[in-house]
Amino acid sequence: MKQSITLGSVTKFIGLAGFLETIKNVFTGKLDKEDLKNIFRKVIMPLASVLLFFAVWYLGANKLHEIEADHLINKALVEQGPAEAEKLRACIASGDKSCQPNALPSPVQVWGAYQTLLADHYLISADKKAFIEKTAAINEKRIANGEKPITYTGRPSFVDQIFTSIITVFAGFLLALFIAVPIGIVIGLSPTLRSSVNWLIQIFKPVSPVVWFLLVFMIVKTFTKNSSSDSAFIICFISVGLCSMWATLVNTAMGVSSVDKDYINVAKVLKLGPMQKVFKVILPSSLPLIFTGLRITLSVAWMVLIAIELLAQSPGLGLFVWEEFQNGANDSNSKIIAAMFVIGLIGFMLDRIMLTIQKMVSFNKND
Amino acid sequence: MAYLELNNIYKTYGQGDNITEVLSNINLTIEEGEFVAIVGFTGSGKTTLVNLINGLLEPTKGEVLFKGEPVIGTSHERGVIFQNYSLLPWLTVGQNVYMAVKEAFPKKSKSDLQAIVAEYVDMVNLTPAINKRPKELSGGMRQRVSVARALAMKPEMIIMDEPLGALDALTRGNLQDEILRIWGKDKRTALLITNDVDEGIYMADRIIPLRPGPRATLGPEFKIDIERPRDKTALNDNPNFKKTRNAIIEYLMDIGNERKSQIQKEYALPDVAPKSFVW
Ligand SMILES: Nc1ncnc2c1ncn2[C@@H]1O[C@H](COP(=O)(O)OP(=O)(O)OP(=O)(O)O)[C@@H](O)[C@H]1O
Ligand SMILES: [Mg+2]
Repeated sequence: MKQSITLGSVTKFIGLAGFLETIKNVFTGKLDKEDLKNIFRKVIMPLASVLLFFAVWYLGANKLHEIEADHLINKALVEQGPAEAEKLRACIASGDKSCQPNALPSPVQVWGAYQTLLADHYLISADKKAFIEKTAAINEKRIANGEKPITYTGRPSFVDQIFTSIITVFAGFLLALFIAVPIGIVIGLSPTLRSSVNWLIQIFKPVSPVVWFLLVFMIVKTFTKNSSSDSAFIICFISVGLCSMWATLVNTAMGVSSVDKDYINVAKVLKLGPMQKVFKVILPSSLPLIFTGLRITLSVAWMVLIAIELLAQSPGLGLFVWEEFQNGANDSNSKIIAAMFVIGLIGFMLDRIMLTIQKMVSFNKND
Repeated sequence: MAYLELNNIYKTYGQGDNITEVLSNINLTIEEGEFVAIVGFTGSGKTTLVNLINGLLEPTKGEVLFKGEPVIGTSHERGVIFQNYSLLPWLTVGQNVYMAVKEAFPKKSKSDLQAIVAEYVDMVNLTPAINKRPKELSGGMRQRVSVARALAMKPEMIIMDEPLGALDALTRGNLQDEILRIWGKDKRTALLITNDVDEGIYMADRIIPLRPGPRATLGPEFKIDIERPRDKTALNDNPNFKKTRNAIIEYLMDIGNERKSQIQKEYALPDVAPKSFVW
């Protein structure tokens, strides 16, 4: 199933195909009534909704800013007298960063924060590179002597945090895959087992990520007592995996237990052995459902990851958001919102990747 | 000892209040090398009967003996062409056939197996589509894959459940001849389920009608005393053919009418008229 990656498949992948196709028609002059309707639906309306979103955000942020400012000035008036209040008003109006009230940041501020984060990242990367170059010679010697090399221990940048989060979510996702798919298959194959563990699945499925984290913490704590390994990361990805695996478990069990009777009859007539029956008939026929489950698992994993990183104090976007919130610097709120968009976009990309894989393995639908 | 023997077979579906007896007191013997056709109305239990013989179903009462042994489960000795094709949708045409051939001849080398696959796919004229998946095929093409898969396993007994129903007259004729050729080559035994009396007469030694269900039983058998190889075009002028054909069709029409009158008795509509269309 080789397929060259063309612009078309990429735009289709991110769901923009209709949009671009319609725009192309506008420029090539191929327009009829149907196209006008399409332009309205696929170009004008989405753009309008984006504009509307930013307008509402901008106006809302301004209004909230105003309310906060009035509140601060009134407070200054009561506590420090009219002179101080007037000074504060002037300061806020001048746009000085040091005296801005702490409210919902506007789109402009968030964009600014995003640029700051990127600049910060370049700075840290340069610093890291310099450090590695500087220590290269020393490290070689240390390794030769059987000592541990010196590693960079500076603050991670925002981009580093993103990659840490993605690594954690993949670790959790793989854990979920390796637990849920085999168990799902076994449960799916045996009605007895299915009914005997059903209660367990039903009870654990709705448990909140916070509780999973605490449970994993209780257990992992004991195991990592005497080791110096990074227990925060371990706890984090195990909790993510356990919390998100249920969709895959349930879907796999369902797929395996509801294989079309015709396929089972084929397996019987060909006299496939039990293993072959599972691997050549049951699994292929339940692959589409298994992948639907995995897609849900990945999006749940990404969603709960942020909360669990925050609780586990494990590096990543969750910790970044939490630290910015605790930090309370004047651009912290903007950085949090910038992180929110990054989190959303990455979640969207992950879902699209899974959707593409899911489409590849589904044999029922014509695409 | 007969090759295949069905003794007082009863088959019911469901339990309790929903129980329906589909087949009732079925007795049938097929000798080795015979070609037997069963004709019947839709829903009368033909597929059920086939599945009892190939071992996918167990009779509620009675016994199915194959070469003197009770049938327990399926066997490679009895090949099946399923009515609903039952192809595995994630495999290509070639892979579907290959999987069956590999199970039937586990000791053969890969290239030998592939040669068999190519031979049978070619026999059903699907070589150009050998790398396509079932969803890309028409109904008739799928049916042909199903025929190729069953025959490629070279079973001793070929059990066919309306194997050619979705094909046009020409393809149908060709495949009928292929099936007859394969059946005749090593003197295999064949059971054909069909709803086409002409097809039955052209191919079979005996035609047995299955009476409409529920509680379907087998009707009297009609022997086809026409010499093989049979010629389709000459068949129409054969007095024997005409006589047998008329007898079978008359019998089927009689039981059809019987069923109609029964249905009328059982499901007479109450004499009511709607009071009003407003609700
Ligand atoms: N698994 C089942 N459970 C309950 N009833 C069944 C089952 N399979 C078949 N039946 C019933 O048994 C009867 C006979 O079914 P069967 O499929 O054998 O008919 P058929 O003669 O092959 O019909 P057709 O010509 O349409 O293929 C039907 O009334 C059907 O509703
Ligand atoms: Mg049938």
